[in-house]
Amino acid sequence: MTAFFFGLLHTVLVLAVAPLLTGLVRLPKARLQGRQGAPAIQPYRDLWRLLQKESVIADSASWLFRIAPYLVFVSVWLAATIMPTFTTDMIMTPAADLIALVALLGTARFFTALAGLDTGTPFGGLGSSREMFVASIGEPAMLMVIFSLSLLTHTTSPANMIAYVTGGHIGIEVSAGLALVAMVMVAIAENGRIPIDNPATHLELTMIHEAMVLEYSGRHLALMEAAAMVRLLLFMSIISSLFFPWGMAFVDDGVAGVALGLLAWLAKVSALAMVLGFFESLVAKMRVFRIADFLGGALLLALLATIFLYVSEAV
Amino acid sequence: MTSADQIVALGHVSYDMAHLIGAVILMMSFGLLYQRRLTAVIRLYSFQAMVLALAAAWQAFVQDAPHLYASALIALLFKGIAVPFALNWLVRRLGIHRTVETALGIGPTMIAGVGLVALSIVLVLPVTASAAAMTRENLALAMSVVLLGLLMMITRRNAVTQVVGFMSLENGLILAAVGARGMPLVVEISIAFSVLVAMALFGIFFFRIRERFDSLDIAYLETFRGERR
Repeated sequence: MTAFFFGLLHTVLVLAVAPLLTGLVRLPKARLQGRQGAPAIQPYRDLWRLLQKESVIADSASWLFRIAPYLVFVSVWLAATIMPTFTTDMIMTPAADLIALVALLGTARFFTALAGLDTGTPFGGLGSSREMFVASIGEPAMLMVIFSLSLLTHTTSPANMIAYVTGGHIGIEVSAGLALVAMVMVAIAENGRIPIDNPATHLELTMIHEAMVLEYSGRHLALMEAAAMVRLLLFMSIISSLFFPWGMAFVDDGVAGVALGLLAWLAKVSALAMVLGFFESLVAKMRVFRIADFLGGALLLALLATIFLYVSEAV
Repeated sequence: MTSADQIVALGHVSYDMAHLIGAVILMMSFGLLYQRRLTAVIRLYSFQAMVLALAAAWQAFVQDAPHLYASALIALLFKGIAVPFALNWLVRRLGIHRTVETALGIGPTMIAGVGLVALSIVLVLPVTASAAAMTRENLALAMSVVLLGLLMMITRRNAVTQVVGFMSLENGLILAAVGARGMPLVVEISIAFSVLVAMALFGIFFFRIRERFDSLDIAYLETFRGERR
């Protein structure tokens, strides 16, 4: 019963918090650029405005173009419900593991890319092709990170992984450190942040995600934007829950434990949002052809993490 | 907590820490392979030497061996500050191109690097089967750093980056040395000074090569020796 309730709470919270998090990332960036910056609640206003606008659809677009935003949004949201954040006692958590989570994100990406191609505009096609290029290395890298964590904790279920880590079964593991770096690199690429992609611009030479959703407007665009915000929150939750699970509540913890877990989760993702904002202000955008090197590096780090498990006899 | 428990707990933490510092050094070796700008390569090498100093200091603390503090200081002063300073001076003085020219692409080099790490683990594990896990891991990490330094020397065209590869290889040797118990200080000091002497010799060589070929690209040396065509 509690699992059902917490699961529901989590499902709603993920949606409610995601725009705020995106707003939080923009704050340090604006300050470092010498601007006042929009308040952190600006993304809510943007979504509200988009929802009220008329949705214009190109004549050449097929039915796929109309349903893609819903499919993308639902897949990302579903993926977000799998990942335990403030407690592991959630109804969706035992239903799927991290590999299913990657598959759901892959589905969302697939439909975004198809929608980008659907209208037949050059920018959409360019964005889709680049997105697939990023995914072709980013996805194996993320799976490799998950495999090395699974080898370390003997499970692919996120709830069991967290229980294993907080149970004090592992110390400071080099493999976990390498996996963390690889995971951060993958997260940057998957969310289209600087140095891979710049979410704030529509510069035709470099954009990836923005190019794919360029043809969308109104409620369709709102769904696409919301999916991107939930995806950012999901990746931050993955990093905070798997690598820094302290403060999280478990199955038998009462309401007080869950409240503490909730506070810890919000504090962790806000801190990550601030760090991301600072990081984005410090680095420059990469050339598109260097993305392969960047993500290849992430893949190799994840591979090294697996190799080092055998040296330290953790397996 | 009894004193025996404390020793066990400290042993665990010291093991993890040594392991972690070693992994950071290894990551920096990969960073050297990944980096494309000459000044960034030199800065990264300097950071690697500083982390090496940290590793030596940590081993000194754990093994209760004060002479290792001297090794840490040598690594910090000579390799972390003096050598990068000299290299930067050389780069400025010679006015060479600031981009790194690679003989092999970055991607294949990184893949080769991971292969070398796997190779060093495969080599070290059977040989040290009876040794403690701490020594084994340290040796595997150190050997990987040495091999990556060699790889860097092979895949770079520019003489300065080859020297950085050599220096980072030497970092790997020191990492192996500080992990092993009972390494005499004399050996370490002599290694540090021989590196400095090598540095001076390399400097003179750079000027000689440049004077003769107007470039530091060692491909010119190969044609000069008649190796190509």
